[in-house]
Amino acid sequence: MALTREQLAQRVAKELQDGFYVNLGIGIPTLVANYIPHGIQVMLQSENGLLGMGEFPTEDNIDADLINAGKQTVTAVAGASFFSSAESFAMIRGGHVDLTVLGAFEVDVNGSIASWMIPGKLIKGMGGAMDLVAGADNIIVTMMHADKYGNSKLLSTCELPLTGYGCIKRVMTDLAFIEIKDGAFHLLERAPGVTVDEIVAKTAGKLVVPDHVPEMTF
Amino acid sequence: MAGFNKVVHSYEEALAGLKDDMTIMVGGFGLCGIPEGLINHMVTMDVKGLTAISNNAGVDNFGLGLLLKQHQISTMIASYVGENATFEQQMLSGELNVILTPQGTLAEKIRAGGAGIPAFFTATGYGTPIADGKETREIKGRHYVLEESLTADFALIRAWKADTMGNLVFRKTAANFNPMMATAGKITVVEAEEIVAPGELDPDHIHTPGIYVDRVIKASFEKRIEQRTVKAAK
Repeated sequence: MALTREQLAQRVAKELQDGFYVNLGIGIPTLVANYIPHGIQVMLQSENGLLGMGEFPTEDNIDADLINAGKQTVTAVAGASFFSSAESFAMIRGGHVDLTVLGAFEVDVNGSIASWMIPGKLIKGMGGAMDLVAGADNIIVTMMHADKYGNSKLLSTCELPLTGYGCIKRVMTDLAFIEIKDGAFHLLERAPGVTVDEIVAKTAGKLVVPDHVPEMTF
Repeated sequence: MAGFNKVVHSYEEALAGLKDDMTIMVGGFGLCGIPEGLINHMVTMDVKGLTAISNNAGVDNFGLGLLLKQHQISTMIASYVGENATFEQQMLSGELNVILTPQGTLAEKIRAGGAGIPAFFTATGYGTPIADGKETREIKGRHYVLEESLTADFALIRAWKADTMGNLVFRKTAANFNPMMATAGKITVVEAEEIVAPGELDPDHIHTPGIYVDRVIKASFEKRIEQRTVKAAK
C-alpha cells in the first residue's frame, strides 16, 4: 500500500536527530512535527523569523503577531528567538539549518527540483523554496511518486521551471525512499506492501535497484 | 519641538510627498506586521503607478489587496502571491507587472540597499528562470547569480514600540521584512502601536536605530489573522 500523508511524515521524522535545527515546508513536511521521536529535541525554524516554533495555540493564547511560514497562528517554545527575514535567510543560505523538508512537483536524476510554477496554470511564487534548496546540504523532498494518472514525477529531466539545480539528494515518496547520486535514482526502501516492480514502473528517470530492497519501518 | 522629534499626528503628514510612479516598500509577511493605517490612507489618496515591494500582496479586501483593487500598483515585487485573486487577474491580463523574487534574495536585496551595497552574489536561483539575463560567476567551485539591491522612495513600516526619536522595537514574527525596509527608504514612515519618550526603550533592546526613521505615527491595528489555527484546550 502506498503511504498515507501521515505515514510519509512519520518515516521522514525518523531522519531527525537530537539537536537538529529543522525547517519544515508547507503541506506534508509540516506534519513531520507531529512525529518527532521520543527522547530527542529539535528546534523548528520558520522562515518568517522564528526559531523554536511550538504547537498551535489555544483560543486563549492566540496571537496575531506570532505565525508560521504558512501564515498559521503558532506558539514559541522555551528557548525560541524572533528575528528579521534577512537574519532568517542568513541562517538558511549560510547552511546553518541541519535538515530541510519540502514538497515538490517534480525531481530529476541530477537532483534538480521543480516546485513553484506550472506555466499557464499556477503562479503563486517561490516564497523561500529557492533559498532553502540552495542553502541546505541536507534536504528531504516529500512528494507523490506519480500523479493520479500514473505519470511519474521522478524524471530524467524536470519539465517544469526549476526551483533549484542539482541540489536534492533524498526523496521520500508515497512508494519509496530514494537517494539521488551519480545521475540516477537509487532505491533505498519501499513502502510496506509496495513491490519493486510498481516503483520501477512509476519511475521515469534512471533507477538503480539493489538486490535487496527493505520495507520501511516506522 | 523639532530636532529629533519625528512624531506626526495625521496620515496626511505621514505620507506627505508620496506621488505617482514612486517605489514603496511595505513591511509584513502575509497580513502579519503590515502597516495597516498607512495602506488604508494610500487607498484614499489619488496616487497611482506605484511600484510596490512587499513579500506578499495582501488578500482581496485587506492589506495591499486594497491598493491593487483600486489599480494603484503597476509593478509588484514579491516572493509569494498565492492568496490574492485580484492580483492573479491583473497579472494574467498583463495590467500588473510582477517580478517574483525568492524570499531570501528579496530580504537581502533590501538589506543590501539600506547598507549601501549595490549587488551581491547568491546561489539562490542559479539554473532557474529567475537567473535569466543575470550575470553569474563561479566562486570556489560553486555557481552564483548577481542580484542587485533595492531601495525605495518610501518605506512603510509597522513597529510595536517607537520612541519619539524613531528608535524601534518589533514584536514576535511581526518584525519580518520591517527592520530591513526601515533602512532602505529615502523616507521611512513608521506606524507604531505605542510611542514612548526617549530613554524609555532600553538601548540594548532597540532593533532599529532612529537614524533610519523619518516619521512616526501612533496607530491601533486590526491585526487580521489569515489562517486561524488552534488546538483544543485541555
